[in-house]
Amino acid sequence: MTITEPTITRTATTKKPVLEIRDLSVDYGYDDDAVHALKNVNLTLGAGEILGLAGESGCGKSTLAYAATRLLPPPGVITGGEVLFTSSRDGHGGDLLRMSDRELRAQRWRDTAIVFQGSMNSLNPVYKIGKQLMDGIRAHEKMPAHAMRARAADLLSMVGISKDRLDSYPHQLSGGMRQRVMIAMALALEPEVVIMDEPTTALDVVMQRQIVEQIMDLKRDLGFSVIFITHDVSLLLELADRIAIMYAGNIVEDAASSEVYHQPRHPYTAGLLHSFPPLHGPRRELGGIPGSPPDLMALPSGCNFHPRCPFAFDACPKIDPALGPTLYGDAEPHRSVACLLHDPAVGPGRLPDELAARPAG
Amino acid sequence: MSTLHEADDVSRGTTSPAVLKAVGLTKHFPVRGPGNRVVHAVEGVDLELQQGRVVALVGESGSGKSTVARLLAQLLTLTKGEITLDGTRVDAHFGRKFRRYCRNVQMILQDPFASLNPIHRVRYVLTRSIKIHHPGIRRDEREQLLGELLTRVDLTPPERYLEKFPHELSGGQRQRVAIARALGANPRVLLADEPVSMLDVSIRIGVLNLLRDLKDRLNLAILYITHDIASARYFADRTVVMYAGQVVERGPSEDVTQRPAHPYTQLLIASAPDADLLGERAEGEARGEPPSLISPPSGCRFHPRCPFAMERCVTTAPPIFQVGEGQEAACWLYAEDATEERRAAFGVSA
Repeated sequence: MTITEPTITRTATTKKPVLEIRDLSVDYGYDDDAVHALKNVNLTLGAGEILGLAGESGCGKSTLAYAATRLLPPPGVITGGEVLFTSSRDGHGGDLLRMSDRELRAQRWRDTAIVFQGSMNSLNPVYKIGKQLMDGIRAHEKMPAHAMRARAADLLSMVGISKDRLDSYPHQLSGGMRQRVMIAMALALEPEVVIMDEPTTALDVVMQRQIVEQIMDLKRDLGFSVIFITHDVSLLLELADRIAIMYAGNIVEDAASSEVYHQPRHPYTAGLLHSFPPLHGPRRELGGIPGSPPDLMALPSGCNFHPRCPFAFDACPKIDPALGPTLYGDAEPHRSVACLLHDPAVGPGRLPDELAARPAG
Repeated sequence: MSTLHEADDVSRGTTSPAVLKAVGLTKHFPVRGPGNRVVHAVEGVDLELQQGRVVALVGESGSGKSTVARLLAQLLTLTKGEITLDGTRVDAHFGRKFRRYCRNVQMILQDPFASLNPIHRVRYVLTRSIKIHHPGIRRDEREQLLGELLTRVDLTPPERYLEKFPHELSGGQRQRVAIARALGANPRVLLADEPVSMLDVSIRIGVLNLLRDLKDRLNLAILYITHDIASARYFADRTVVMYAGQVVERGPSEDVTQRPAHPYTQLLIASAPDADLLGERAEGEARGEPPSLISPPSGCRFHPRCPFAMERCVTTAPPIFQVGEGQEAACWLYAEDATEERRAAFGVSA
């Protein structure tokens, strides 16, 4: 069986991009009062990388995932940008947003697969899970029925479910098992990119831990890349190589996960980290972030975060910051932030203490 | 802010008498179909809520935490056990007696999107609460009380929020209205069933801090139900951990989270995401799933998943053992004659 063997060797050093999202914009609605859910978002997923996408509800993280795979339901409209997929195996690929339906259909699931939010609603309750697993394989590959069934059984055992569960209906499985079936389904055709949209949100911490460990193991064995969407930053800090923080349809910070944790550069990131009470270490008073998440219908001017930002200064309501280098510039070339504090032209030129931890090394 | 630190000594003792006390709380739900099968949702839970104290009830979904809250709110009838308010036994599910009970014990629900009627303005929601619990109140007094309630939950100025519909408010503001509604009864006990888990992460702490302020100012007793043990440590004086309908461990929050005694609490804490423990984590620790509550496992309900399970765990349910100052665990490892097993499980003797 090929799926249990590593198909590509994990190359941590040369992170060739498999998925590049460039200037992607999405509106909800068609006329002048359309809501701009995503505004020129840029994001690159490297081969073998786990990229975390974090933010509060309504910040556009799921929209980004659905737009990038052209699964966005109306009234969502992609108004611009490109999504370039480049296979790290044989170099095929192209712009997902400009593919014909036929190309797209072939590409889907084979190259990019999705684990949807809420396994309870994503599995069809009236079909056995074996049939649902084979469905995806059948659409892409021609093989005899018994081989397909064997493949489905292999997929199940890969995620730690015994193969006699092939003939179970979704309601006969527990929540954790259903989520595993969803993961097995996404991996059926050995995709290079797997997008996971809050795969553990409905589960308990113990089950969440099991699923996360499973994902890490599978990733190590099969060598796919992951975009992991969640609102739980503390989970991402453990799991992801890189984290992109979103706020009101923009990516406001993009950095390695240890950097996000130890040296946050955006006030929102720092605020998010102060919103989770620690389980260990000294008990400290937490403040969260004052105010409420913005209403996308009536966004604040300039930097969307300025009404809630403790470090806002007079330029913040006027200028919308773009994602760019941090104030430390070349000392940390791999990270970017969208905040005027980091713009030497308008900003005060120095950072508040909370955001000023020196780059490591 | 002060409660964070002074909590330590108070949370160990039982300084003030309990306002609301539950002894041997048990609830079985009948299952349809052949046989007299029941779901053993809650089994023999003891709980004590004191003025000015927060008790957290922690457990995974299906462990019976919400059922406990509903039993305490008299929304469900008990199968066994008793609930006492100020030492008087209560069994009031309707009528005047129930209303009098409600005046003392109020509930805050998880989802403020569902718990506020979308067709009524904030003014109506709060006025109802005031009218019901302060019968015969004068109009001007009522108006004043409305303003006070909103100010208490930091929705200021009150005039700005009184005429709003729920859909015009953000999740955090909605939950604050729900809290204000509960406070309208002038209660002494608040039962908060996952009050922040539907809110955005950046505003959860704000709502918890508000509840803590209210507790200090109004001397409330709060039951905080959550699945997030880290927030229990942050917010609660005492923490009670439930598994499969039973209490497995209880004690001061700091002790329970820093030195968990029961293997289940240990599993819960080991599973919680924690960026500081990066790389130190032993893999493959988390395993198994919660048991069926229709036919729960014999003996200790955790034994099929417990790495330290012994023979008697399978046959006999463990009683509660004292494991530290004010900390108790229902686990055979803490029996007098289990020193050997304890040493084998945890290294040094606990």
